[in-house]
Amino acid sequence: MIYINGLNIETKTTSRMDAQLTEFGKVFLFLLVGVVFVAAGFITSSLIRPHRPYDEKLSTYECGEEPKGTAWVQFNIRFYVIALIFIIFDVELLFLFPWATVFKKIGPVALIEAVVFISILAIGLAYAWAKGDLNWVVPQPNRPKLPEKKFDKPAKKKVAEPAEPAPTA
Amino acid sequence: MQLELNHYLWLSAFMFTVGVVGVLVRRNAIVIFMCIELMLNAVNLSFIAFSHFMRDIQGQLMVFFVMTVAAAEAAVGLAIVIALFRNKQTVNIDEINILKG
Amino acid sequence: MPNDYLLSLPILAAAGWSVLLIILEAMLSRAALTRVFAMLGFALVGGLSVIGFPLQGLAFSEMLRIGGFQHFANIIFCLSGLLVVALSEKYLDDENVHYGEYYIVAFISVVGMMLLAAAANMAILFIGLEMMSIALYVLAGLMRRDVRSNEAAMKYFLLGAFASGLLLYGISLIYGATGELALHKIAIAIQTGSASMLFWIGFGLLITGFLFKISAVPFHQWTPDVYDGSPTPAAAFMSTGAKAAAFSALIVVVTNFSTLLQNSPTWSLVISSIALATMVVGNIAALAQENLKRMLAYSSVAHAGYMLVGIAAATPDGYSGIMFYTLVYTLMNIGAFGVVALLESKENLLLASDYAGLFKHRPMLAGAMAVFMLSLAGVPPLGGFIGKYKVFAAAVDAKLTWLALAGVLASAVSAYYYLRVVYFMFMRDPVGEAISAPATSSLAFALIAVAVVLLGVFPTEILRITDAALKFAQLPTQTGF
Repeated sequence: MIYINGLNIETKTTSRMDAQLTEFGKVFLFLLVGVVFVAAGFITSSLIRPHRPYDEKLSTYECGEEPKGTAWVQFNIRFYVIALIFIIFDVELLFLFPWATVFKKIGPVALIEAVVFISILAIGLAYAWAKGDLNWVVPQPNRPKLPEKKFDKPAKKKVAEPAEPAPTA
Repeated sequence: MQLELNHYLWLSAFMFTVGVVGVLVRRNAIVIFMCIELMLNAVNLSFIAFSHFMRDIQGQLMVFFVMTVAAAEAAVGLAIVIALFRNKQTVNIDEINILKG
Repeated sequence: MPNDYLLSLPILAAAGWSVLLIILEAMLSRAALTRVFAMLGFALVGGLSVIGFPLQGLAFSEMLRIGGFQHFANIIFCLSGLLVVALSEKYLDDENVHYGEYYIVAFISVVGMMLLAAAANMAILFIGLEMMSIALYVLAGLMRRDVRSNEAAMKYFLLGAFASGLLLYGISLIYGATGELALHKIAIAIQTGSASMLFWIGFGLLITGFLFKISAVPFHQWTPDVYDGSPTPAAAFMSTGAKAAAFSALIVVVTNFSTLLQNSPTWSLVISSIALATMVVGNIAALAQENLKRMLAYSSVAHAGYMLVGIAAATPDGYSGIMFYTLVYTLMNIGAFGVVALLESKENLLLASDYAGLFKHRPMLAGAMAVFMLSLAGVPPLGGFIGKYKVFAAAVDAKLTWLALAGVLASAVSAYYYLRVVYFMFMRDPVGEAISAPATSSLAFALIAVAVVLLGVFPTEILRITDAALKFAQLPTQTGF
């Protein structure tokens, strides 16, 4: 028998308290207490705090850069690569947690398999590194050279590419 | 009221249907992709529900793989969307119609 | 009893080799070198499958099922990968997308196909399918500065991911109905109990996912667009390797549930009608195509229909016919796509009429192309005919004479558009200047054409192998070894 999460609700011996309060009732009560608690905190503080606003205090980040323009701008495409590499190691954890629970039972084979698994992912990271995808400033895009004759005849397909945006965050 | 297997399955079927309808109705490639993710997660929910109520571990094992595959799919899918956006300046699939079927 | 590792050596070797390719490409960044190593890898893995052909059994906690069928499928995948890699260098150079990643991704896709064919568990089935498909999405979008390639990749990705969502929901419902993910255990569970409604819905969704991958008719609309926009060698790969893999997995699933399906008239009717619709729609749509690449795409839909006839027959003969058919189809279709790729990249040769007078300039190339076209049409002494004959004969044996008859009529219609290309190549005078292409590639195509002819003239040996290969797949509940 395997119980994984605490969601087991098939208990036969329900106490008197449980009989009065359904599962959803508990959730509702929890929600209610949470809202009341936070609201009470805000109301109390607004009643007792002093109120002296000035320019510096009203700015968005009191101790940081002045925000310029709107937040809805296109981000540099290189954040995408970073996010992609993050995903590799994010998802890796998914497999290491169950592995950790049975590690002792299986023994050394489990260790070897985990090492193989992680090293394959590490090779993926090394690949991105070797290909220069981790460099923030890319001096020269790593592209195969165009053959000369390609320019002589009218291009059949679009070869030219829009200029890359300046590498600023 | 007790939460039973059926409740999870109905929720999962509902989420899956929302995903399918979204894929068929929406025009923005990113939104369609999000709907596909919704479908996958609806399936995950049903796997977990079956796994829990049948006291069988295999369903949860499957969910791990589905999540991994979804991550890989997201990586490739977003790369394709970015490549397309660079060339076409749009992600609306109604405007992406050079190839006529 | 063979060891797990020994049993699944081709798959492990393929996976290891793909890691090796990644390291090689990371360290040296030389596409030509990666290409050579990818070809070596395909040859190695194919060779391992040939050597290990008699080995059979379940490996790794009954996750993988290895037998003659899987080895035969592996050989087809490796052959497809090898030919595609061999023929794609010039095209990629001309399109200015000769990246080493192309070969790595193609190799990983083949690993996915091998897993898909060897799946004994729904988890492996899903992982194999996704591994293959995600790699193919990348290949479709390889020409990333070309809007057409972007569009093809986008369509393929969105529809492919949607189909795998359906397939996955099917797996989940089957799991709910039977409590098992291992195919042979599901088969036992539905034999002891009765198959519930939940199971049938799940099974329907699972089959829908497969029908999408093989581009059967209600789910075929993506095919011409994707093949048209993708790099031509990648389209050849999708239409042969990926199709063969999806069919192998379909055969594995269907043989596991054979006792259930043989007693179900609905199943037979549904799959026969889909086969019929696929043959009819694919051929009629292909008639209207001027663009040769799109014509080949619709013809690949039609060929999926012919192969589905074998599934509808649901006999070992039918499945054996499909295996033979996929082998021949791999050769002739890669040949046809390869010729298109070779000529298309020079000028903008895409229409059938652009091939006018090819025979005058390049007799060898035109001859090879004629063999591919005639074989695709199913003209008697060639390999394509034997494949069709075997599949249709199985359908007649299974009392589906009407379906076999429809198939014969459909291939008669298909002869029109295949022979039209041959007519242009041989009977018309050339319009433009001579097409120049390296003579070595003509030789490669001639070799493929010879193989197609040989398969047509001496099919007995291969047919014996496919028959023997299916023996193990026929015993779904055999676990005690």
